[in-house]
Amino acid sequence: MRASKDAQAAYRRLVQRHAPRVPLLRNTVLAFVVGGSLCAVGQIFMNVFERHGLSPERAGAMTAVVIVLLGALLTGLGVYDEIVRLGGMGGSLPISGFANAMVAPAMEYRREGWILGVGARIFSIAGPVITYGLLAAMVIGAVYVALGLPPPR
Amino acid sequence: MAMTAAVVESAENRRRCGRTFVLRDAWIAGAASVAGPTEGRGPLGGRFDRIETGHLLGQASWEMAEAELARRAFMRLCGKLALEPGDFDLLLGGDLLNQTVASSFAARSLDVPLCGLYAACATFAEGLGLAATLCDAGFCRRVAVAVSSHHDAAERQYRFPTELGIQRPPTAQWTATGSVAVAVTSGAAGGGPVRLAAFTPGRVVDFAVQDPYHMGAAMAPAAADTLATLLEDLRQSPETLGPVYTGDLARAGVPLCEALLAKRGVRLSLRDCGIELYDPARQDVHAGGSGAACSALVTAARILPDLVAGAVERTCLCATGALHSPTTYQQGESIPGIAHAVLLERSGKGGGQA
Repeated sequence: MRASKDAQAAYRRLVQRHAPRVPLLRNTVLAFVVGGSLCAVGQIFMNVFERHGLSPERAGAMTAVVIVLLGALLTGLGVYDEIVRLGGMGGSLPISGFANAMVAPAMEYRREGWILGVGARIFSIAGPVITYGLLAAMVIGAVYVALGLPPPR
Repeated sequence: MAMTAAVVESAENRRRCGRTFVLRDAWIAGAASVAGPTEGRGPLGGRFDRIETGHLLGQASWEMAEAELARRAFMRLCGKLALEPGDFDLLLGGDLLNQTVASSFAARSLDVPLCGLYAACATFAEGLGLAATLCDAGFCRRVAVAVSSHHDAAERQYRFPTELGIQRPPTAQWTATGSVAVAVTSGAAGGGPVRLAAFTPGRVVDFAVQDPYHMGAAMAPAAADTLATLLEDLRQSPETLGPVYTGDLARAGVPLCEALLAKRGVRLSLRDCGIELYDPARQDVHAGGSGAACSALVTAARILPDLVAGAVERTCLCATGALHSPTTYQQGESIPGIAHAVLLERSGKGGGQA
């Protein structure tokens, strides 16, 4: 039985009236703390790498490697999903969140084998980021070519 | 019993009133429950027959773990009633997994005919109603109803890989891990301490809710429709039903169902299995529990024991299901709801242990 358009609209209003409040302030503060902490850890690694003689560029790349590793490790230990449950985007947005988005499907679909499981489905979460990242890069590249601009350094 | 008589009278000796099947010879002889670790730590933890300590049960996948849950619940039921699997004429099995594999794989090691059922989280009440109908009609003397759900198997199928970090909104629900098997019998097989008095199969009701994180809103109209139908068909007033349990509307869905019922002139204060299964102060399950095992676990741990002990004379269980798949909602379809209701009564006689 499909409700009429009027009944649907009335029900939508009822649902909105009873909707539990999303704890926006709590979520925002936790996102700030969790995301900030992850970045602080990254900064510590970066400083250590620089002190040991790496150029800032190299130190930045190495920091990304370490944070990705950390994200993957914490996903494997079953901790990272708890971090994001608390921190929301504060946990998802740093590069450790990207590692989580790769490792979680790899773990989940391992049971279907290396080819049709891990191989085919490892990008099931991160895939859109890569697809549209590539698309955006192509569009911006085309704009640069069309305007005759020098490539950014 | 006076109340039993009222139902039969209102039936005017017909077996079906409106959409409701009026049952005379269908009983619950016993139930066995197997709960997951999270459910075992909830407020009903002490009342389950078995609590698993892990999520995999020694199996290679979540899916096989769920099948093992169902098998253990069924074997536990056999043990409690001192029966062999072959003593059941039929097994009605249902779960949430694609192609209902948990039930099928559980039954591949059991010597009993299987009919698979699917009504999402309303499968348990659908199974009870159909089993009671088969017994009452004389096709079967003893039918087992077994349902299961597994949190991780459901997450993976309906949402995301289990280790992916997600922040869920407060309307989201937590799929329960567990399985329950119930023995439904006719008087010829000894009856039981609880009588299945009526079964109202539900219609699919769609109020165009599209949010997969608000199943309570998607299912509440179906629950209101089925409960109002049951009351109308049996010409009963809400007070005569005893405690009325909805399956898994949870905290966000119960007020919606009560508001819809009030609009139809039915004043009913609902209890909800999704709310009773967990302790919100200690367990972060958002709006409450869900899953085919949710209403079944609460039925086995609270509803049936309350009836057997005489704490209540009558209870209505209205299990609720959301009939979407990940494919349909990604394609922009709304989430249709369904609710099946059974009316349970204390029979006052022994025979078995519910």
